[in-house]
Amino acid sequence: MSIDILIPLLAATVQSGTPILYATLGEIFTERSGILNLGVEGIMITGALVGFLVAKLTGNPWMAFCAAGPAGACAASLHGFVCLVFQGNQVVSGLALTILGVGFANYIGTSYVGQSAPGFARLPIPFLSEIPALGPIFFSHDVLVYITYIIPLLMWLFLYNTRFGLSLRAAGEYPAAATAAGLNVVAYRWLGVLVGGFFMGLGGAYLSLAYTHLWTNNLTGGRGWIAVALVIFAFWRPGRAVFGAYLFGGIMALQLRLQASGTQIPSSLLLMLPYVLTISVLVVSSWRRGKTDEPAALATNIEPAD
Amino acid sequence: MSPIRIVKRQEPLGWSSCFVLLAAILISLVLSGFILFVRGTPPLEGIYILFKGAFGSRYAFEDSLIKATPIFLCSLGVAVAFRLQVWNIGAEGQFALGAVGATWVALSFPEAPAYLVLPGMMAMAAIAGGFWGFIPAVLRQKLKTNEIIVTLMMNYIAILILDYLVYGAWKDPASYGFPMTPEFNTSAIVGNIGSSNFSWGLVHCVILGLIFWVFMSYTRIGFEIKASGDNVRAARYAGIPYDRLVMLVMALSGALAGWAGFLEASSTVNRLQPSIMAGYGYTAIVVAWLARLNPLYIGIAAFMLAGLRVGVEGLQLDLQVPAAFGGIIEGLILLTVLAGGLFTHYKIVFGGKGGKK
Repeated sequence: MSIDILIPLLAATVQSGTPILYATLGEIFTERSGILNLGVEGIMITGALVGFLVAKLTGNPWMAFCAAGPAGACAASLHGFVCLVFQGNQVVSGLALTILGVGFANYIGTSYVGQSAPGFARLPIPFLSEIPALGPIFFSHDVLVYITYIIPLLMWLFLYNTRFGLSLRAAGEYPAAATAAGLNVVAYRWLGVLVGGFFMGLGGAYLSLAYTHLWTNNLTGGRGWIAVALVIFAFWRPGRAVFGAYLFGGIMALQLRLQASGTQIPSSLLLMLPYVLTISVLVVSSWRRGKTDEPAALATNIEPAD
Repeated sequence: MSPIRIVKRQEPLGWSSCFVLLAAILISLVLSGFILFVRGTPPLEGIYILFKGAFGSRYAFEDSLIKATPIFLCSLGVAVAFRLQVWNIGAEGQFALGAVGATWVALSFPEAPAYLVLPGMMAMAAIAGGFWGFIPAVLRQKLKTNEIIVTLMMNYIAILILDYLVYGAWKDPASYGFPMTPEFNTSAIVGNIGSSNFSWGLVHCVILGLIFWVFMSYTRIGFEIKASGDNVRAARYAGIPYDRLVMLVMALSGALAGWAGFLEASSTVNRLQPSIMAGYGYTAIVVAWLARLNPLYIGIAAFMLAGLRVGVEGLQLDLQVPAAFGGIIEGLILLTVLAGGLFTHYKIVFGGKGGKK
């Protein structure tokens, strides 16, 4: 493959990987607190819709992006209420949230299908974008991509190097011990759910504000579920999530390019690629189970003390 | 001491939990009404049209029953997997593959008589759907992969397989470019009972439901499923072959969804086309949970949620409410019912230090 095909492909890889990366980081944060949130797909699409609507209303993409985060946290709080207040089953609650979120976004979004909203333009970083190969691949995108270069590092610092991070992980690993040590486990789990939902909302907004600039129904197209799978692939570590998200960004970018190139391969087979890759990735990560940081108390509820 | 406390009940709440269920459904309807209001639809009129469209006429009743058929079968499959604590989210894909399997038989043997074609279609649908459920079960037991994500990804793949076939090899040359197979021969169609509008598919549902109930209540395997669902570790110690049980149950679960796909293709639309993927597999999950995995209740809940779908179609026609509204109600009902589950095992105590033993 020649270099002038490869570099645009890798640049597109980073761009299509970015929404998945936001969502995967969000889900890692939530799962680290012990809550399994399968509503990522529904939360992402809610963020995408709110971002789109605010951009259309105000004309300000920054305001839109900032609104999508709280919208995601709001949607995630439904999961928080059902699981943390009402002791509901986390698997089913997440599924319900996905059904609700996708329904809600398509319901409100139907009147906006095909319409565009002001979004983020490309903003190459001076000097850095002129580095051969690396410049066009990593430093010639919109600002929202650059933000994701910092978040994994910040999340790693928070989880592994702060007291709060340690407490959050304790809530996910061994809530009984954390409670005995005087921590308010439920509060930390709320933090996990809300902050995680915030990032999922941002991931959705990336799709409507930077990736497409226009609204279509079912905009997320399974990316939320891919994010859930990537958390397992990433062994619940923010750093590995970057690698996984770009893997999927790569396959999606490749698939789009193949479709555009007028290949003989039927489009339905090309569209299968990310889903087949998701299953393969899960199979591969199961071979190295020993290295995972899976929270021991994931998806278990905290029973109220008598 | 906080003024409101949650205290565990000595005994789980009995029959009065149906009040909690009703309250949950009422709350979700109120919220749905509010969501109608947000988009400028009069909420009370909307909910009235929803119910009238769902159950208010003979036609609506028949349509609800037709839509309840695939939901019921998928939901039985989902329920048996859930009973074993295996999260089969893949009914949608297993349904698609069942329809594909049945269609393959119908298109390959156009000359064969009905008494050979129909059983062949049933068998192929069950095998294809069962296979689609079996794969995630093998991956789960042998490699410990997460079955939720695998079954979900296989939904997307199955729908794309269906698309691939109806846009390609199986496309009807006389369809003016629409993605659909030719209409099945009469030998490959499950007809209606006598001169009524009810398909023999309903009878399939009743028979399969009864077999399912007998299987779960009176057979050794049914007992093993329930025992392992309650406590996997204890079941393993008791010598129950848990791995094989999971694979069997997932294959059965897929076969039931596949059967639903067969009925949808053969009885409802008489051909294979992408529009048969209407999300019944996801509604089936809501139904299974509402019905607490009990086959009789699954029948009732399947009918109710099928009615909801018919009602939303009426809303679409009368008040231009987008079809996605159905998903909103389903999601809300599931969330509120899950939340209401708290009252089965806990009670809320106001004030004081009551309940101290």
